[in-house]
Amino acid sequence: MTTLAATGRIPLSVSRRFLAPATLLVLGLVDILVFGKYAHHGDATFAFSQPFAKVTVPNLKVPAAETAYALGAATIVLAALRVMDLGKVVRRLSIGLALAFFVIALLCWAYGGSVNSFNVINQFQGTLADSIPLILGALAGCLCERSGVINIAIEGQLLIGAFAGAIFASAFGVLWLGLIAGSLAGGLIGLLLGVFAITYLVDQIILGVVLNVFVSGLTGYLYDKVLIPYSNTLNSPSTYLPIKIPLLGDIPIIGPVFFDSTLFLYITYVLIVAVQVGLFSTRWGLRVRAVGEHPAAADTVGISVKLTRYRNVILAGLVAGIGGAFLTIGSVGSFGKDMSSGKGYIALAAMIFGRWTPLGGVGAALLFGFTFELQSILSTVNVPVPSDFLLMVPYVATIIAVAGLVGQVRAPAADGQPYITS
Amino acid sequence: MNLELQGITKRFGSLVANDHIDLSVTPGTIHALLGENGAGKTTLMNILYGLTQPDEGTILADGKPLTIHSPKDAIAAGIGMVHQHFMLVPVFTVAENVTLGDEETRALGLLDRRRMRRKVRELSERYGLRVDPDALTGDLPVGVQQRVEILKALVRDAQVLILDEPTAVLTPGETEDLFRIMRELRASGRAIVFISHKLKEVQAIADTITILRRGRVVGERPRHTSEDELAALMVGRSVQLRVAKTAAKPGRVMLDVRDLVVPGGHEGLPGAEHTAAVNGLSFRVRAGEILGVAGVQGNGQTELCEALMGLLPVTSGSVHLNDHDITNAAPAMRLRSGIGYIPEDRQQDGLVGSFPVSENLILDTYNRPPFASGPALNLGEIRATAERRVKEFDIRTQSISAPVETLSGGNQQKVILAREVGREVRLLLASQPTRGLDVGSIEFVHRRIIEERDKGVAVVLVSSELDEIYALSDRIAVMYEGRFTGFRPPDVPVEELGLLMAGIGGIGTPGDGAADSSERTPPGDSANAGPGSLEQPDSPERTSPGAVQPDGPGPPEQAPPGATGPPEPAEPAGSTERAGSTGAAGSDGDDPTVTVGKPT
Ligand SMILES: Nc1ncnc2c1ncn2[C@@H]1O[C@H](COP(=O)(O)OP(=O)(O)OP(=O)(O)O)[C@@H](O)[C@H]1O
Ligand SMILES: [Mg+2]
Repeated sequence: MTTLAATGRIPLSVSRRFLAPATLLVLGLVDILVFGKYAHHGDATFAFSQPFAKVTVPNLKVPAAETAYALGAATIVLAALRVMDLGKVVRRLSIGLALAFFVIALLCWAYGGSVNSFNVINQFQGTLADSIPLILGALAGCLCERSGVINIAIEGQLLIGAFAGAIFASAFGVLWLGLIAGSLAGGLIGLLLGVFAITYLVDQIILGVVLNVFVSGLTGYLYDKVLIPYSNTLNSPSTYLPIKIPLLGDIPIIGPVFFDSTLFLYITYVLIVAVQVGLFSTRWGLRVRAVGEHPAAADTVGISVKLTRYRNVILAGLVAGIGGAFLTIGSVGSFGKDMSSGKGYIALAAMIFGRWTPLGGVGAALLFGFTFELQSILSTVNVPVPSDFLLMVPYVATIIAVAGLVGQVRAPAADGQPYITS
Repeated sequence: MNLELQGITKRFGSLVANDHIDLSVTPGTIHALLGENGAGKTTLMNILYGLTQPDEGTILADGKPLTIHSPKDAIAAGIGMVHQHFMLVPVFTVAENVTLGDEETRALGLLDRRRMRRKVRELSERYGLRVDPDALTGDLPVGVQQRVEILKALVRDAQVLILDEPTAVLTPGETEDLFRIMRELRASGRAIVFISHKLKEVQAIADTITILRRGRVVGERPRHTSEDELAALMVGRSVQLRVAKTAAKPGRVMLDVRDLVVPGGHEGLPGAEHTAAVNGLSFRVRAGEILGVAGVQGNGQTELCEALMGLLPVTSGSVHLNDHDITNAAPAMRLRSGIGYIPEDRQQDGLVGSFPVSENLILDTYNRPPFASGPALNLGEIRATAERRVKEFDIRTQSISAPVETLSGGNQQKVILAREVGREVRLLLASQPTRGLDVGSIEFVHRRIIEERDKGVAVVLVSSELDEIYALSDRIAVMYEGRFTGFRPPDVPVEELGLLMAGIGGIGTPGDGAADSSERTPPGDSANAGPGSLEQPDSPERTSPGAVQPDGPGPPEQAPPGATGPPEPAEPAGSTERAGSTGAAGSDGDDPTVTVGKPT
């Protein structure tokens, strides 16, 4: 009726309504017809403690095929519930459960009758580590897009952060210099994004892609010309070692997963809280969101749209840069060409999946991190699937998540729109 | 605070939007700014509020020069503005919107929502601006959104309050509410600048009236100035406030709507999906007649239009255009089969802001000759047409290649009108066609609509302005809560319409299939409505949709069983509440087009 109320009134079409139940049904059928049917005879073993842990939790053995059948059946029941439409809680829960069942059935199939056990702690530890760049990227996306600037350049920010982190940590032999340099490098790309998007009104999507190509080209060139010849001095940084938090780190299961990791994970915790609280509970956040939703309204109460956007775009770059530095000095050490390998885009998807909220983005990033880790663990056991297919898993998960399960999401109303005053 | 504007000049390229304007605003008064569309009212106020920088001129506050470079400066100087297009964040709560930029915080910049809420509540109680601080702003009706805008200015302690066409989107009741608030603010010593195109309103509330024309001040008048004089000053010629028209010569049935049900789909309103916005409407419109749909806004008129245009899905019922079933046709199909549509929310639904005027003028015909030949656009023809229509509709624009968003509010409306009326149509759906237009343009638009009618176009006119309904309609339908509470001839007394608009009384109860019973019934004789009706749907079980409708009147025996007369207006209390209280200050008694709900 009014401009204000008219945002997104698209009737939920029939095909859309049956999409979720159909997805669940397919998952259930795969559980049964693939994982159940082709599972080796015998038990699958799940381990819940790491070797040498102070307190140990006993392993869990389940019959592989039977478990997969049961989980498949349960998923089909969920699909039926979904058709009946029993409210929001059931909706949310059904997707989560079905995905969990799917993963367990998959593991039963992979580990059934095997002498190896699947170590749940390793899986979750790895998930968190893999998620760090995704989470930081998603937070960067939130910071940027909540103020109304589309940030495709997360990919480039991760890459340049990784590059600067490796060089500075290696050249000066001081790790935290690498961390700061990585962050600043990301911020620099943010500044570039700001100058062209906010001041020169360049199309933000094209700009983001151009920046990514630019960073990829630049780091690739420097890698060939500088890092390879001087790899001993410039590209062999040490890496951050895990720090175990006293007491908390000794709690079974939870301790090793959440409180025994590198500085990066702890920085990530702080940033998650800071961005979530900052955006939704502070004056700063209220103004940022006003600028992203209705810049003219913010302008007319004396909030500077340009300043707010510049500040947020640069902040976002700083955050993504830290995520980039993690890729080198937080995990593998040396820099490799294009080593961000699409993580920035997945972070972007996580932010959308999380409906432009920091916590939602974190949840989605964890989901994607989980699939990355699962893929890398599965590639070490003998599953009869080509490794190329396994490598696709995280990306397929991204597509399914964004296309099928997210449904309608609403971006900040002025996302991607330059603000022009006369 | 005494504000003085001296010699304010603003140019946009070759166009002089403000030409050495002098204006002084005194505390404790309401100062009205009148002027035709594009006269420069909004520009002047934007300068005062720091949104636009003047090329020349000075602003004095209590005799001292005041520099205003941004809204921040204006706010600091005690100036507040309610914009022609609201400046509210729809996804924020009322409290968040009101205090944005002036938030209450605790340590670390954390929002103190309790204090924000309390601040809003206190202010709204002090000035009688009822509003829930926790409501989501986008869900509120326009009238309430406007209160939020006023609160925004008051929370910053504005001493000068600018209201840019605040009443354009309000219902009569809401307008009255606004005027009460304005009087209260005036009594508290504030100055108010009030922009409006409705002369009666200006006469009712303003202390002084300044008239602008083409960027210049052409006069300042006291409140008791006649409408004719004001109109003549604004437009520079004498204006016919009521367009003459001859009796309609209705032809064949052009639009035939049966038992139409449209879901109330506006998102965000909890429970809205369960109530139908249009609830079983049946009516017909013949070629060469104007059906006026009156009613307080928000009773399903918007949804009716959008459903007829194919923009909203229909739950049940049927729509036939010229005997073709178009119930489920796509909007493009409907455009092609000859529906012209003037949407209510023109900024949102009718224009592409960054496109030039010329392209906006052909948005719905760009792919057909003469504007296209094959895949190529015929630029010469497009330009020629644009030039012609700009002249014909008196669209004030720098050039036909200026982006349409740089036009004044009223001129943007004229672009849409020119487009929709400019091509051959069979059915014209006009929703609030003159909202925001100046008197001269209203005269012009009314004349065009009547011309269309005389050419044999069927017209559905939805308007919340009773003046407009009376001026144009050949038949009046009153819409209330998704149904028509009655059909009346154009000379129905305003009190009766008021009752129907309030949902009281009514004949031809909806659902009885009596599409347009009771028309042509003299108003006094309405108890006998059924047999007097001219047309009935032939029978409820009409089957073949393609069948040609007999054009003659239906058998009178098929009068709807539920057709009883309206109750005598025995409830004067109810009538004055919503719709009575006619006659603004100085309104002419013998004019049948008495305004409803205008304050005294
Ligand atoms: N940003 C701009 N660029 C170019 N021209 C402009 C711009 N803003 C306004 N104008 C022109 O200045 C003139 C005055 O516009 P303004 O909006 O002040 O009119 P108005 O009196 O408020 O009219 P309305 O009653 O239709 O709202 C118009 O002709 C308009 O086209
Ligand atoms: Mg204006």
